Amino acid sequence: MREKSRYSTWARMKRSKISYLYIAPYMILFFTFTVLPVVIAMFLSFTSFNVLEMPKFVGFDNYTRLFLKDSVFIKGVKNTIVLALFIGPGGYIMSLISAWFINELTPKVRALLTLVFYAPSISGNAYLIWSVAFSGDDYGYINSLLTRLGYITEPIQFFQNTDYIIPLIVLISLWNSFGTGFLSMIAAFQGVDRTYYEAGALDGIKNRWQELWFITMPMMKPQMMFSAVMSITGAFNVGAIVTAFCGFPSTDYAAHTIMNHLEDYGSTRFEMGYASAIAVFLFVMMVGANSLFKKFLNSVGK
Amino acid sequence: MALKFKRKHHKKFRLNRSAGGNAAINVLLCFMGAFMVLPMVYAISNSLKPLSELWIYPPQFFVENPTLKNFRDLFNMMSDSWVPFSRYLANTIFISVVGTTGHVIISSLCAYALAKHNFPGRDFLFKIVVFSLMFSTVVTGVPSYLIMAKLGLIDSHWSIILPAFCSSLGLYLMKQFMEANIPDTLIEAAHIDGAGENLVFFRIIMPLVKPAWLTLVIFSFQGLWGTQATTTIRSEELKTLSYALSQVVAGGIARQGASAAASVIMMIVPILVFVLTQSNVVETVATSGMKD
Repeated sequence: MREKSRYSTWARMKRSKISYLYIAPYMILFFTFTVLPVVIAMFLSFTSFNVLEMPKFVGFDNYTRLFLKDSVFIKGVKNTIVLALFIGPGGYIMSLISAWFINELTPKVRALLTLVFYAPSISGNAYLIWSVAFSGDDYGYINSLLTRLGYITEPIQFFQNTDYIIPLIVLISLWNSFGTGFLSMIAAFQGVDRTYYEAGALDGIKNRWQELWFITMPMMKPQMMFSAVMSITGAFNVGAIVTAFCGFPSTDYAAHTIMNHLEDYGSTRFEMGYASAIAVFLFVMMVGANSLFKKFLNSVGK
Repeated sequence: MALKFKRKHHKKFRLNRSAGGNAAINVLLCFMGAFMVLPMVYAISNSLKPLSELWIYPPQFFVENPTLKNFRDLFNMMSDSWVPFSRYLANTIFISVVGTTGHVIISSLCAYALAKHNFPGRDFLFKIVVFSLMFSTVVTGVPSYLIMAKLGLIDSHWSIILPAFCSSLGLYLMKQFMEANIPDTLIEAAHIDGAGENLVFFRIIMPLVKPAWLTLVIFSFQGLWGTQATTTIRSEELKTLSYALSQVVAGGIARQGASAAASVIMMIVPILVFVLTQSNVVETVATSGMKD
């Protein structure tokens, strides 16, 4: 199978007929419904487009406006980076560790706990329960608890106070976006061949941490890469939760994210050209984060 | 009998576990589990509350006088609708089942070729799939709509199903699993034994990556089950259950109870699918019977 240099590209393509046949159904649909819209959107980022009239070519105007004239956007970039730094790695480590722990249990308990940990992803917009818990009046669970314990005399306006917004958004996002990465980690642990653990034990692996680092993680590198991409996209796409809890815009734009900015221009103001430029920028940030993680993954198990 | 033996066998080789570590992990899992499951409990408890309790201040977490009135109200409202509710349900089931089945088959085929064949353009195509996950769907909405209009898919269930077939997430998941869990030597051995590529794929590869595609079934089904599809589907008789329920319960404060019931109903089916698939995940050992 690995004979890159011996044959010409054309000859190799002819030999790979069956491979192309296998990927054809997927790729045809994928290019029609995913790649083409993305390419069009990238093109639109160099235009002024309000959906009703034909797009007008404006060169790099959208990008210069983004970086030089839009101070709210710059604030959004800062917030997004801060949020992503906590949510990305935090969610990733949480899903890895909890999948690892759950994998050690007996099959029935494991299935139950998997459901429990995946519950937030199934429960629709159940994350709104946190607005009851952190409600800004005496009736909020947290406020009433703190008052009863004597820590505070007046209720804290959690979602208006700029000191609390970011940590709360981190907490809720972690809880809400945990599912996809976690479930694929669970499946990944189940795919690891048990005989390697036996061999490892004989070779002097002393505790479960060493087992994880030297045997399990190197075995499931591809799946870890998958979960990482899920974490990265989740972390950079935080936006809906901010609007749900803090309203739009949040107080002093304290939790304004790139995604909020994008939705504002794309879905409310219909400045599609400008929104596309924001989307391209967000895309570049995620691709960067992705290649950083790849570097880290190469050092696992060494 | 065979199963019991297997479990004993695997206990015997758990050499690296300390009792203290196990205890700490169990305590931690209990805490985290409570944190994760709380909102689901809250949603269910809410759906059983009579109207008087729904509006009580301070809000109570647990229901005191549970009643099924909210569910009865919801069903009454549903029977008043112009399009029969069974129609909405049928639409959603059609979209979810066809979309999920097609997605699993089409993306597994492609993932297999990407993971285990070596052909020109492979790495490039795979990179595009991964990067496509990172582009925001907010700005691709308008171009997608135009493409679907050109293809005549507007106001048809296929406007939801066809894009679901080619979700990048599913392909990426399958490809990574096939790469990690299927040794090249296994495929080579099958070829030497005279198995064709199709036979290898359906008889050897798919059973081995069962945990992966069962996970894929959950992701895909869950997404399609909740789809409202309001932009591309206009005819009332083609709309989905999720859309119909959101319309029923949008009728103001008096319908809060029915709304709580509706969110529980939308939750039940994905949970059932989850339980069914998870109980089917059996540990697979890709290298069993092979020596490297």
